Amino acid sequence: MINSPYIRKPASVQSVMLQVLLALVPGIAAYVWFFGAGILVQLAIASAAALAGEAAMLAIRGKPKALFLTDLSAIVTAWLIALTFPPIAPWWLTVTGTLLAVVIVKQLYGGLGQNPFNPAMAAFCLMIVAYPALMSQWPAAGQLDFKTQLDLIFGGARQVDAITGATPLDALRTALRSAASADSELHGLRASQLMDGPAFGAVGGKGGEWVALGYLLGGLWLVQRRIITWHIPAAFCGALFLTAGLLWSVRPDGFASPIFHLASGGAMLGAFFILTDPVSGATTARGKLLFAAGAAVLTYVIRAFGAYPDGIAFATLLMNILVPIIDMKTQAPVFGHKKD
Amino acid sequence: MLRKLFKFHGGVKPQTNKEHSTTAPIAPVPLPDRLVIPLHQSVGGHPRPLVQPGDSVFKGQRIGAADGNLSSAVHASTSGIVRDVLPAVMPHTSGLTTLSVVIEPDGNDRWGELDRINVRAATPDELRDYLRDAGVVGLGGAVFPSHLKLKPGKEGSLDTLVINGAECEPFITCDDMLMRERATDMLKGISAMRHMLQAREVLIGIEDNKPEALSAVQAAITASGEKGIEAIAIPTRYPAGGAKQLIRVLTGIEVPHGRRSTDFGVQCFNVGTAYSIHEALEHGRPLVSRLVTVAGNVNAPRNYEVLIGTPMDHVVRLAGARPDTDRYIMGGPMMGVRMPAFDVPVVKATNCILVGSPALFPPPPPEMPCIRCGECAKACPADLAPFEMYWFSRARNFGKTQEYHLFDCIECGCCSFVCPSHIPLVDYFRFSKSEIWAREREKEAADTARERFEFKNLRQEREKQEKAEKLAAKAAATREKVAGEAAAPGAAPAAAKPTGDDAKRALIEAAMEKARQQKAQVAPKNVDVTSPDVQAEMAAIDARRRAAEHSTEAPPPAGQA
Repeated sequence: MINSPYIRKPASVQSVMLQVLLALVPGIAAYVWFFGAGILVQLAIASAAALAGEAAMLAIRGKPKALFLTDLSAIVTAWLIALTFPPIAPWWLTVTGTLLAVVIVKQLYGGLGQNPFNPAMAAFCLMIVAYPALMSQWPAAGQLDFKTQLDLIFGGARQVDAITGATPLDALRTALRSAASADSELHGLRASQLMDGPAFGAVGGKGGEWVALGYLLGGLWLVQRRIITWHIPAAFCGALFLTAGLLWSVRPDGFASPIFHLASGGAMLGAFFILTDPVSGATTARGKLLFAAGAAVLTYVIRAFGAYPDGIAFATLLMNILVPIIDMKTQAPVFGHKKD
Repeated sequence: MLRKLFKFHGGVKPQTNKEHSTTAPIAPVPLPDRLVIPLHQSVGGHPRPLVQPGDSVFKGQRIGAADGNLSSAVHASTSGIVRDVLPAVMPHTSGLTTLSVVIEPDGNDRWGELDRINVRAATPDELRDYLRDAGVVGLGGAVFPSHLKLKPGKEGSLDTLVINGAECEPFITCDDMLMRERATDMLKGISAMRHMLQAREVLIGIEDNKPEALSAVQAAITASGEKGIEAIAIPTRYPAGGAKQLIRVLTGIEVPHGRRSTDFGVQCFNVGTAYSIHEALEHGRPLVSRLVTVAGNVNAPRNYEVLIGTPMDHVVRLAGARPDTDRYIMGGPMMGVRMPAFDVPVVKATNCILVGSPALFPPPPPEMPCIRCGECAKACPADLAPFEMYWFSRARNFGKTQEYHLFDCIECGCCSFVCPSHIPLVDYFRFSKSEIWAREREKEAADTARERFEFKNLRQEREKQEKAEKLAAKAAATREKVAGEAAAPGAAPAAAKPTGDDAKRALIEAAMEKARQQKAQVAPKNVDVTSPDVQAEMAAIDARRRAAEHSTEAPPPAGQA
């Protein structure tokens, strides 16, 4: 029996996910332009792995396969994994990470809509703990041609240390720590001087800042399309800017500038595409602000004082844990019960 | 002067589909072969039948008397012979029956002697009683007895009388056509209400997609010369015609669930109600007909003046239902109720017969899991978090649904309308509400049974005691008698009346009074004011629960595969 309403807006999970994927395209285009087409191979590997893992789990769980494989949610997870893993990660690293995300973090918790943790970020954390070296090797912009990238992805022998380095975030932190110690050749150099190196661009990492700009544009389009609200991106960027700005204004030679933090690593991807995952994120307006601001502070702390290339993934998972209580405590007053 | 309007949260903008049924004027409907008039057509008590099979009735003759003050009278819609007084299928999805009067029209449509009232001379109480006996109820769809709402608040006067001409549901245009064609009479009804409520100002809210109605009402206001009354265009956004939403838009006041709007100095009536109040007070005509929009899968959508009790298919035939018609919906596509048959009667709540087909209202795509996207919360005009209530409803955690304000839900359907996972959210909330009602009534029944049991115990205990006392007294008397006979044969047995009958009766009455008080205390708050729809829903859920007691598995929530 069908009850009212008898009419519906033409909306679907599939169209929501499709728009998220479309919004990632500008960032991916910049990625290809500056770092080569290897990322497209990674996107394809991750997508295939995600669909395979999803199909297997749906079969085991006796769920309708066509309905859930075409909802595109697994593809979104796959793309976020490919975009956060190093572009020259060996294929099996991408496949393992994707399968972990889809099979364990998503399907074992009940599939679409049921996972308490962001699948892509859980996969990132698991892999960086398991394979810290492989997860930390990033090529500089324009450094590797497509063939070399394919060799690295599918080839056996990896002598990549010679050709790749750390991420700009990693590099700057290491340099800043060296500069602080008296016996280093970098001693006494300021952050601005350290950032003169070839890895850095105008405000962030070389090339990476353009990718971040691409994500920003795609993310703003999602806000304009009302797929996401402004709360999470604004609170994340604002809190990251303030936290970084506070330490930077106290010791500009010891910490990177807030602009650098916003333009580097996964900040834009995190603000618009990762923390905004509705399933694992906060849902109330105030809750979203708290959730994203908390994630920004944690991201900064991990970036500035931790040992990982970026802090978004751990910050996301830590805040995911807090979502139930955040949502419960931030329910807005209902009609007629507001304090004017 | 531009009035400052307020916004309500959420809302949606479905396609309005109003243009087709407003091209032709309101049309009359030829008399059907028989009218089936349900006696229970308003919120409140079931009216008692006043006629018997074989009686002849005039148009406007009272056939059902209001049962108490929270009730409203019912009248014969035309002159004819009462053929039957029997339970007939009511216009509700459940297909349940309700006591109805079947009238065979004599074709004369003759009014009887009308019971007039002198509006200027009558006291407010007399006017209210008169309107109750004229069967005037809210015609916006809620069918709440109007006389109960025509009381000013504690101060004896009202700040704002809001008149609802918003008509936000798609397809429905009966209020629009009423305002276009009968604005002057409607305005007289409004003046009468304003007088009864001692309202300082009157605001008539009309959605800005009805410019013809707006200008007709504005012209009528100018012509009447009455001051402090204003027709205002409000933005078209469903559900702007919800009483609470309209009050919010026009005055900025939010009336919380369970509170009277008069406590906030506001009262709200539908435009159709205003018109029928005028009909009753000015012409002495009780509510025997109403305007009904016939729209949807018909060749010529139009508005009709329909006698209460007319079979729906008799009206739809005039508009020409298309061959693939598979259902009638009473009301609009957002909140309408699917009818159990095509020949159920038009009642006071029938603002629209929406003719449906699989092509016009296709079944929703398969239900997907909730992804917590929050679209429903963005669309909710009551500022609720539907997706949270959905989780708790699914889990049958009804306590939690109430913590998330389930009963503030007005079932407008916005959440279901926007849900990208196609979850029938409102169905889940109706399910939870009906389960809570059923549980409260079960608890009430259990409390009554417990009280009866306790009272029985008390009575048995007392009877035992009395018996023992009687026996003891008898024994004492016998002993005395024996002793007396032995001592002085002439002495009377004086102590033979141990407990007086009066004392016993007092004890019983005290116990019964206590039981009554306890019963009054446990009356649940969610069941005090329920419309016939809701009561039918409650009856349906009771039936389902009884059925479920025989199966091992509990019934699934409504709308679940």
